[in-house]
Amino acid sequence: MSVQAPDLGVVDGPAAIAAPAADAVGNWRAAWRRLRRNRAAMIAGGVFIFILFASFPGATLWVHLVAHRGPNVQNLSGFIMSGGHKVPVVSDDGTPIGPGFRGEYLLGADANGRDLFVRLLYGGRTSLTVGIASALLCTLLALILGIPAGYYGGIVDRSVSRLLDLIWSFPVYLLAIAISACLIVGGLDIGPIHISSTSLLIPIIVIAVVYIPYIARPIRGEVLALRRREFVEAAVAHGAGPVRVMTREILPNVAATTLVLFTLIIANNILTEAALSFLGVGVSVLTPSWGNIIQEGYSTMVTAPWQTLAPGIAIMLTAISLNVLGDGLRDALDPHGARQGGAR
Amino acid sequence: MSAWRSWLRRLSGLVIVLFALSVIVFVIFNVIPGGDPAVRMAGRHPTAANIRAIRQTWGFNKPLWTQYLDMMDRLLIKHNLISYQNQTPVLPTIGRAIPKTLSLAIGGGAIWLGFGVLFGVLSGLNQGKWVDRILTVLAMGGISTPIFWLGAVMLYLFTYVWHRFFLFSWIPPGGYVPITQSPLQWFEHLLLPWICLSVVSMGFYSRVVRNSLLEVQSADYVRTARAMGLSGRRVLLRHVLRTALIPVASLFALDFGAAVGGTVILIEPVFGINGVGNYAQQAVSQLDLPPLMALTLYGGFFIVIVNALADLLFTKLDPRISID
Repeated sequence: MSVQAPDLGVVDGPAAIAAPAADAVGNWRAAWRRLRRNRAAMIAGGVFIFILFASFPGATLWVHLVAHRGPNVQNLSGFIMSGGHKVPVVSDDGTPIGPGFRGEYLLGADANGRDLFVRLLYGGRTSLTVGIASALLCTLLALILGIPAGYYGGIVDRSVSRLLDLIWSFPVYLLAIAISACLIVGGLDIGPIHISSTSLLIPIIVIAVVYIPYIARPIRGEVLALRRREFVEAAVAHGAGPVRVMTREILPNVAATTLVLFTLIIANNILTEAALSFLGVGVSVLTPSWGNIIQEGYSTMVTAPWQTLAPGIAIMLTAISLNVLGDGLRDALDPHGARQGGAR
Repeated sequence: MSAWRSWLRRLSGLVIVLFALSVIVFVIFNVIPGGDPAVRMAGRHPTAANIRAIRQTWGFNKPLWTQYLDMMDRLLIKHNLISYQNQTPVLPTIGRAIPKTLSLAIGGGAIWLGFGVLFGVLSGLNQGKWVDRILTVLAMGGISTPIFWLGAVMLYLFTYVWHRFFLFSWIPPGGYVPITQSPLQWFEHLLLPWICLSVVSMGFYSRVVRNSLLEVQSADYVRTARAMGLSGRRVLLRHVLRTALIPVASLFALDFGAAVGGTVILIEPVFGINGVGNYAQQAVSQLDLPPLMALTLYGGFFIVIVNALADLLFTKLDPRISID
């Protein structure tokens, strides 16, 4: 019998079924206490919350209070005051104004005279939406596939594993590019539902599908080990149906792993969104996203480097914060691992 | 006997996966609107008669499964698959592209494997000290880097901003020179792409090796070896590293397959290398099915084969594991 904490598998009485769930609460509390002691993870969490705040309410507030110009407002022939001089936003040779300490055009403009900082904030809104939504969808699909595969075994497991093998062996970017290239031309019609070709749903769905194996495989492995445990057998002996066992007994016990993988996959998905948008098959060019802004600025990197540098730095900062947070969560939720490698 | 049977089963699984891949790609491009090649091939102002004629000559009016079989026949048996978009033969183009992509992937793989393991071991042996902290920060940065962006930034810095600085003046602004033509120039052209391809995996490997090392170091048999009076170095090399590096072997196989079969698509366009990834990107932007089909199967083949090899290697390194 393993000594791992919550489910000591008392075999008799209804208490046996309730036991894991009750202990699980204490487990989460202990994990939170361990996480709070991990300074790097707490800072990373703070940075991520700050980025979330900056992109969602922050973007709107900044436009209303400071910049007075939305993310898509062009200003090719305008002038702004900078250091007591009247400076064109986009000069005659097409070079946009660079970063400066002023409210409007904090990070300068892009080639169309749009405010780069405003676009960066709104781009963050898009990139985070795609990253988080696709991570949610991906995790949900992975649980739906992984839990029954591990629980039932046999033919269910074999077919799910083959499906995961198939997705896994598809070159990720090639699959994503192939699907989105097609969808972007014509949109998608599934019965009464129509997804327009500029919809954010396209990159969200594509990215979610591509990364299912990354979450479903570890979940399946864990369920495989869990289903032989006494508390699961006790639940079955008490007449709980498979759906009930899977949702009430198995799911809470894979929640920790799922949470860690979810955090890490958001970072991964944000990077993928940027890559797809850079290749021109991600988020529609009508919507600013971090990947799109890099793609637009890339050709003028030499004259206006900030348009490429800023969104890249934003992506890195977000991804680092999520990766460090995910690492910290893993240490906190898996005390065995924390004892081994946690000294930070 | 049973080993042969398990390999036979793996081989048949491989064929099934590749078959499914090809069907999926074919279906995606034929069912989804905007995929009709005849309309796009007819040019900007297509007439109905024109489109009909193209359908006739290219066989787009035949049933889908006939078209599929025909394409597979041309790809795998007759080797005369032709691109819809510019009517160039697909396989020779891929043949010319493969050495470039392999140069990129093998060099990058060597860098990320070597440095990833080195950094991981350094980090693990100095757990909690400043070396570990710095390497941890670097690893986290590496994992979180958009590689195409890193490529663009490196090109900008090394070939423009700091180009006059003597240390960097030799770095060319992209392109590719075959190793047979000039090994030195081959190296010069590929150094930045290699670094770019390796940062993510390097960071990841150093974390994996570090954690695996720490786990193994506290294992009972290592404590026993120490208690028996074996020297620290001997225990590290003979007992700890050998076990700690097992996960890296299979990870490397997976990532190398993924690099050759996909990640290069992000790096080659940035550095102007006309490899497989660049070809794939062009094919996608023109929605050109024949090269995409060939490239998907090529990428999938690489990934599947390399995964099978990884399993083989795995059982050799750790006899406790057997393939079911």
